[in-house]
Amino acid sequence: MEILMAWRNVWRNPRRTILTILAIAFACLVLIFMLSVQVGTYEVMINASVKTRTGHIQVIKKGYNKDHKIRQVVSDPESIAKILDQTPHVTAHTFRANAFALLSSDLRTCAGLITGVDPERESKISNIVHTMRKGRFLKPSDTNTAVLGALLAKNLKVNVGDEVVALGSAMDGSVAATVLKVAGIFSSGMDDYDRSAIQIPLPHFQEVFYMENAVHEVVVTCDSLWHVSRVKESLAAALHPKPPAEPTGQDADQGLVCLSWDELTPGLIQSIQMDLGGGLIFYAILLVMVAFSIMNTFVMAVFERTRELGTLLAIGAGPGRLSKMLVLESAFLTLWGITLGILAGCVLTFWFQHTGIPLGGAEGMLKQYGIPGLIRPRLTLATALSGPALVFIITTLTALYPALKVRRLTPVDAMRAV
Amino acid sequence: MNFHMAWRNVWRNPKRTGIILVAIIIGAWTMLAYCALARGVMASSLESALNTLTGHIQIQNPGFREDPAVENRIRNPAPVAALLDHALPKGSCWAFRVQAGGVASNARNSQGITIVGIDPEKEPELSFYGNATAQGRLLEPGDDRGIILGQALLDSFETKIGRKLVLMTQDADRETASRAFKIRGTFRAEMEGTEKQYVFITLAAAQKLLGIGDNVSLACIRLPGRTGQDKAELNPVVEALTRELPRDLTALTWIDLLPLLKGYLGMFDRFMLLWYLVVFIAMAFGLVNTMLMAVLERTREFGLLKALGLTPVRIVKNVLLECLVLLVIGLGAGNLLGVLTIYLFSGGIDMSFMAQGSEFWGLGRLVVPFVTAKDLLSVNAVIMGLGLLVCLYPAVKAAGITPVEAMN
Repeated sequence: MEILMAWRNVWRNPRRTILTILAIAFACLVLIFMLSVQVGTYEVMINASVKTRTGHIQVIKKGYNKDHKIRQVVSDPESIAKILDQTPHVTAHTFRANAFALLSSDLRTCAGLITGVDPERESKISNIVHTMRKGRFLKPSDTNTAVLGALLAKNLKVNVGDEVVALGSAMDGSVAATVLKVAGIFSSGMDDYDRSAIQIPLPHFQEVFYMENAVHEVVVTCDSLWHVSRVKESLAAALHPKPPAEPTGQDADQGLVCLSWDELTPGLIQSIQMDLGGGLIFYAILLVMVAFSIMNTFVMAVFERTRELGTLLAIGAGPGRLSKMLVLESAFLTLWGITLGILAGCVLTFWFQHTGIPLGGAEGMLKQYGIPGLIRPRLTLATALSGPALVFIITTLTALYPALKVRRLTPVDAMRAV
Repeated sequence: MNFHMAWRNVWRNPKRTGIILVAIIIGAWTMLAYCALARGVMASSLESALNTLTGHIQIQNPGFREDPAVENRIRNPAPVAALLDHALPKGSCWAFRVQAGGVASNARNSQGITIVGIDPEKEPELSFYGNATAQGRLLEPGDDRGIILGQALLDSFETKIGRKLVLMTQDADRETASRAFKIRGTFRAEMEGTEKQYVFITLAAAQKLLGIGDNVSLACIRLPGRTGQDKAELNPVVEALTRELPRDLTALTWIDLLPLLKGYLGMFDRFMLLWYLVVFIAMAFGLVNTMLMAVLERTREFGLLKALGLTPVRIVKNVLLECLVLLVIGLGAGNLLGVLTIYLFSGGIDMSFMAQGSEFWGLGRLVVPFVTAKDLLSVNAVIMGLGLLVCLYPAVKAAGITPVEAMN
């Protein structure tokens, strides 16, 4: 009964109703789209960083992620690999070793970061293999062969087949030198990385830098971002079999730590938090704007009908029923608005998820952070529903005010009102 | 007379007017506050980029920007020095620099760095070099054995003031050149990346290391105050310089040198406009609805006015005037609140709790929100202009009411 009355009341003033529904729908649409864009961007940023650089988890010597000193090594990586082979959710793992060196071609000299990689296992983890612009990636049979970043190759003025001399300090402090043959040139899209990175086979690296069997990083990828913390925990437990109650015990001798991608690149997660924080302020402001924008509809629905409501009270409708009717009216508006908003928002987001949003002049800047020139929003259940849920809460709160106010009406006063 | 009527009409339903005013006030206020924050962020990232050795204008060999190698140097610096000494606006400063990539090493570590040869007397005014000594002291003129490096680099070399550091690079004859320097002091920069990238030695020491005689890599120029941030103010200076520069050199502004930053600032501007629009649309629904209610509940009144001979144009004018009253009050209060908020935060917002995040976005550690006159104008113009535009709908509706239909 109240439902029918509420439904009819809502459509007594179709223009106002439609405007209010549109306001609610607009808020939902903006929220869904913006959240999806943010989530889409973060995913790309994280994946770019994880795939080209850090992997999901790394086992390293404590402090290596900050200082990158050649002496901070994992001396027995094979034992960790054995543990990893038995850990669930681990999709791949590999070893890496890094060192700074002066690279010289016939024409040029510049500084670079040499990374020793396991060609076979690296290709399962890193997407460098898929970003080769010229030549080929490393093969297991290679020795003094190298692939390098496109910008580094440009600075050195070298091409596939040319030679590069690397000069650095070995682990024992002596001079490490080798002549490398360029097999391929890659372009990861991250300028920073492409300007300095050069990769050579791990065995050759260990020989040149006197590393024996030691490496700097054991890089692990998992089947999904959500399993990273679980894998990390079980790996940490396996690395330190004794309870970690006394962190300064014997475990510290080994000094190995297990870090996830967000700890390895703290700038990334903080920048995401910062962007999300800015976004949240934006959403809060938008919600408040919409609340005030539609408040008049709800308030007027009561005040211009004071007489009518008084009559209803006089013929025996309790204040509870009136409140219920008013709440139902606003619920109709809200639900219509939200449904429309979700539909439009999903269609719009879905459309841009396929075409991508071009960024014009800012492409170069974003490329530095590993974001491609197109931003693709990512529609998930969370991004599609969390915005509208907020809108629902705020509109319901707005509508509650007149619905409660109506309880204080008395039939006599109400029927005297204009 | 018309205004008086509009004013009274607006206050016939104070509650309704109050609610829509709050919406307009919040809209104007948040637009301004958000804009000020964004401007602060932009200024902070621009300032920190200019400070990181870019300056406002650089004189370079045309090949240097693409390929910053020793070959692409300024081979006859004397006429450039003479030109810069007299042709720059008052209050500007400039200095020569030598710049080359290289490796720094000691027994503990070795790392790729950029060697910067500077003029110890002039450089402090030009870049971050002068304003943040962490330990020790800056280079003195003639101190050709000294080196200044970032605190973070010092830490990663596990060394301290007074110890030696070896620099290795490629000289003008493409031979490997290396030399030991004594650490005189360290600097702190807003970004750790900067601390790890640059080491400073004297101009003469760098010229000797690279074997380039009196040649330099570039001349860096800083114009007084904020005048260098705007393209319109940079251009005349660049044109004046280009006219008198030797043929084989170019003058580049920071806009040429940092196209990424320029693109990023441009994106910010576009984003702000989008933000204004979104907030405005949210507000517009309420505005139209309120005006529509105000008009439709007065159907009889408008019918009567029309019957009395008021032309539809005058009715549209009247309704728009009511709308204007709402917008002016809302904007006045909103601007006041906005300016007050900006004033409250004029000491700057400390971003250091997010140091690594802000470093990622290229921000400095302190963000001071501010608005320009143009921002104030555009916020008010958007709300006022578009506000009146959407109010045309209820106004036209009111003008369309016929006396007959109204009396019924």
